[in-house]
Amino acid sequence: MQNTISQIQDPLTIAGETFTSRFLLGTGKFKNKKDLADSIESSGSQIVTVALRRIDIETHEDNILQYIPKNIKLMVNTSGARNAKEAIRIAHLAKETTLSNWIKIEVINDSKYLLPDNVETIKATATLAAEGFVVLPYMSPDLYAARELVKAGASAVMPLGSLIGSNQGLKAKEFIRILIDEIDLPVIVDAGIGAPSQAAEAMEMGADAVLANTAVATAQNPALLAKAFRQAVEAGRLGYLSGLPSQKSDAHASSPLTGFLYEK
Amino acid sequence: MKLIVNGRDKQFDGLSLQTLIASVSKNPEHVIVELNSGIVKKDRWEQTQLKDGDRIELVTFVGGG
Repeated sequence: MQNTISQIQDPLTIAGETFTSRFLLGTGKFKNKKDLADSIESSGSQIVTVALRRIDIETHEDNILQYIPKNIKLMVNTSGARNAKEAIRIAHLAKETTLSNWIKIEVINDSKYLLPDNVETIKATATLAAEGFVVLPYMSPDLYAARELVKAGASAVMPLGSLIGSNQGLKAKEFIRILIDEIDLPVIVDAGIGAPSQAAEAMEMGADAVLANTAVATAQNPALLAKAFRQAVEAGRLGYLSGLPSQKSDAHASSPLTGFLYEK
Repeated sequence: MKLIVNGRDKQFDGLSLQTLIASVSKNPEHVIVELNSGIVKKDRWEQTQLKDGDRIELVTFVGGG
C-alpha cells in the first residue's frame, strides 16, 4: 500500500547521520545574539556553521556557542584560509574543542569575487578526510572538481548558488543541476541564496539541502525570514519528491472540454 | 616578560598559560591555543610555563557562514 503523505520519511543523511531538516543556517553577521538564537530556533536547522577567529583580548566578547543549543550539529568553517595548508590548520584547531569533527572547507584567494578555490579545496579535503574529519567542501559548481572531491573523501558538496552574500539566487543553476545529476553525495546549495523562493527553486531541482546566512542575518526580522526559509525548503523538497510535471509552451485547459451547457 | 599574543605585543607578569588565558577570556572552555605554532591541549595549560618572546595564538568560535 502506498504511504499516506503524512507518513513520508525523507531524512537527509550525511556521513551516516540523519537529519529531518534540510535547511542549514550560517551564524555570521547577526546584529545581536538574540536575533541569532531566535533565528536558529525558527529555522528548524539541525546543522549550523560557525567560524574560528583570534579572540579579541581587549573586549572579552561573548562566545557564540552559548547561543547555539547543544543538540545542534556544529560545523566549523575554514573561512580566512587562502590555501589548503591554512584550511587544514584551522580544522586542526577546531578539533581541539572536540565539539564536532564536521568541517566546512572554505578556501578563498580572491578578494573581489570571493570565489572558492576548487584546487586547494580538493587538497584540503583529501588530507582532512583521511584524518577522520567529516568534510563538506564549499565549491564553485564544476563537475570535474566535484568528482575529485568525491574521490578525496568529501561527505557532501556545497556548490555556490551565486556570489557569496550577493542575494542573487541560483545564478549557477544549470551547473548545480549537473552536480545533482552526476554526483552521488548530498548536494547542499550554499552562498547567494537571498530569498525563500530561491531556496525552493534549488530544492525543486533536486538539491539535498540549502544553506543561508546573509539573507537571514541582515533581514529586518531575521527569525521571520528563517522560518520562511524553513518552509520554502520543505515545500521545494516536497515539490521535487512529487515528480513535477514539465513546462509546456502551449496552453492545456484544466477543466474538461466536453459537456458544455450550450452543446446541443 | 614580553609575549606576542594574537600578533600583538603584550606585557605579562604571570607564569603559566592558564593564567594568561584567564586574564584575556571570559569563556576559556572554548578557547584554543597555539604556542609557537604548536597546539597546546587544555589539560596542559596549567603546567605550561611561558617565557619571554613566546608567540601565542588564542582563537575561539564566532559567527560565520
